[in-house]
Amino acid sequence: MRDVAIIGVKNTTFGELWDRSFRDVVVEAGVGAVSDAGVVGEKIDAMFVGNMSGGQFVEQEHIGALIADYSGLAKDIHVPSTRVEAACASGGLALRQGIYSVASGMDDIVIAAGAEKMTDVPSPKASSALAAAADREWEGIMGATFPGLYAMIARMHMHKYGTTSEQLARVAVKNHQNGQHNPIAQYKTPITVESVLKSIMVADPLHIFDCSPITDGASAVVLAPADVAHEYTDTPIYVKATAQASDTIALHDRRDITTLDASVAAGKRAYEMAGLQPKDIDLVEVHDCFTIAEICAIEDLGFAKKGEGGIVTQNGETAIGGRIPVNTSGGLKSCGHPVGATGVKQAVEIVEQLRGEAGKRQVDGAEIGMTHNVGGSGATAVVHIFSRNR
Amino acid sequence: MIIMSVPRFWRKQIARYNLVGTHCKKCDEYFYPPRNMCPACRREGEIEDYKFSGNGEVVTFTVIHTAAEGFENQTPYVLGIIKLDEGPSLTSQIICEPETVKIGMKVKPVFRKLGQAGERGMIYYGTKFVPE
Repeated sequence: MRDVAIIGVKNTTFGELWDRSFRDVVVEAGVGAVSDAGVVGEKIDAMFVGNMSGGQFVEQEHIGALIADYSGLAKDIHVPSTRVEAACASGGLALRQGIYSVASGMDDIVIAAGAEKMTDVPSPKASSALAAAADREWEGIMGATFPGLYAMIARMHMHKYGTTSEQLARVAVKNHQNGQHNPIAQYKTPITVESVLKSIMVADPLHIFDCSPITDGASAVVLAPADVAHEYTDTPIYVKATAQASDTIALHDRRDITTLDASVAAGKRAYEMAGLQPKDIDLVEVHDCFTIAEICAIEDLGFAKKGEGGIVTQNGETAIGGRIPVNTSGGLKSCGHPVGATGVKQAVEIVEQLRGEAGKRQVDGAEIGMTHNVGGSGATAVVHIFSRNR
Repeated sequence: MIIMSVPRFWRKQIARYNLVGTHCKKCDEYFYPPRNMCPACRREGEIEDYKFSGNGEVVTFTVIHTAAEGFENQTPYVLGIIKLDEGPSLTSQIICEPETVKIGMKVKPVFRKLGQAGERGMIYYGTKFVPE
């Protein structure tokens, strides 16, 4: 297997992009990443795109071909293009497939992208599409919603470990604090603990400000063999680990409601592959689709003891300047969550941080970063570790 | 409106109406929702149908205020994970005053309407739970 590097990155603006279509945002991200890498179309060997539900959100399948076409990579040069789906982990998984294809030696220059266009349908329809990431036949039919499933995780976490609504709110407050400095973020307004706690209840104990929004957006990275990465950029960022794990589709079948065993397994595999430990990681982008999800994630990835994620957050250890900065991009909560794009956006954030280009969000001296992308209520987890040094 | 076609709902009707799941004779594990393959024994497993008593307890719960499509007129409703006495857990609604539900509360099953596919469409029934 060959070492792999990221040589170009690009996020579109995240938000309600009424004037742009699905194909518009994908092309913007793809072209941006390719320009950043300084490669030409003829050099691209393959592309992978994470997309959860083009079928439900824009009634469009065959996403791979569509984006190859509108990126100018289909006609004449016929670049192979593959859509990858794992609900909200589709982006992370597309990145992983791209890394595989370069590491294997089959391809040299590969684009890994992710995209979702969620606001072309009314929000109840969007929520219903998202609910398809859970078990439709045994959770959805009983009236389960995604906030409802994570609310049940939160309720159990509170019961078992004494986690409080205020601690959950602090995740949202911290992520908005970070997101205000991210030019692509959907919400750049700081919020307070009080405003979270006073916002409407969606699924008790989760308020609407505990939830990530519905977002349009796309992200892309360009991958290359590490041996040639310096031909394209002075600051290649190296892939130290790619890991993935599965768990039961339904929350009710989990070993422990408050632990995402798939996150634990993927994290463990990633640390082993990179030869690193949690203390070696300088910053991490975790999958905070709900505030409780960030608390579980930092525990499951080894940045806090089980049950102490809330306290660690309250103590400011996950803020920029803290022990382990979490979600410097603003996370899913403030930056937005176009489900297929999120896993790739996380990698773009880590690359910008490791290059030292993150502006007011910059973590001083960041050398090693991690991303953590979850599908559904934890049935898929994808973890990557990146480094400035090979 | 709950979107599930008639055959899709009908084929698991007995499981939904009567809490019929499955049991692996080889490892003595019980499954609800039913599984046709035992995840532990896999090809070696011996699966048979099993009717659960439906008695169990609340593992965790939420009160849903923003409903799923088709459940809008039921809010606020209590959604929970119920651990059945035989071992498996399932997701269902708990019919009680939202402020009275507690983790560890004993519950029993009741046959209830889940929803309806529009004015003239099919009515979906299934198993919900009430405090014992």
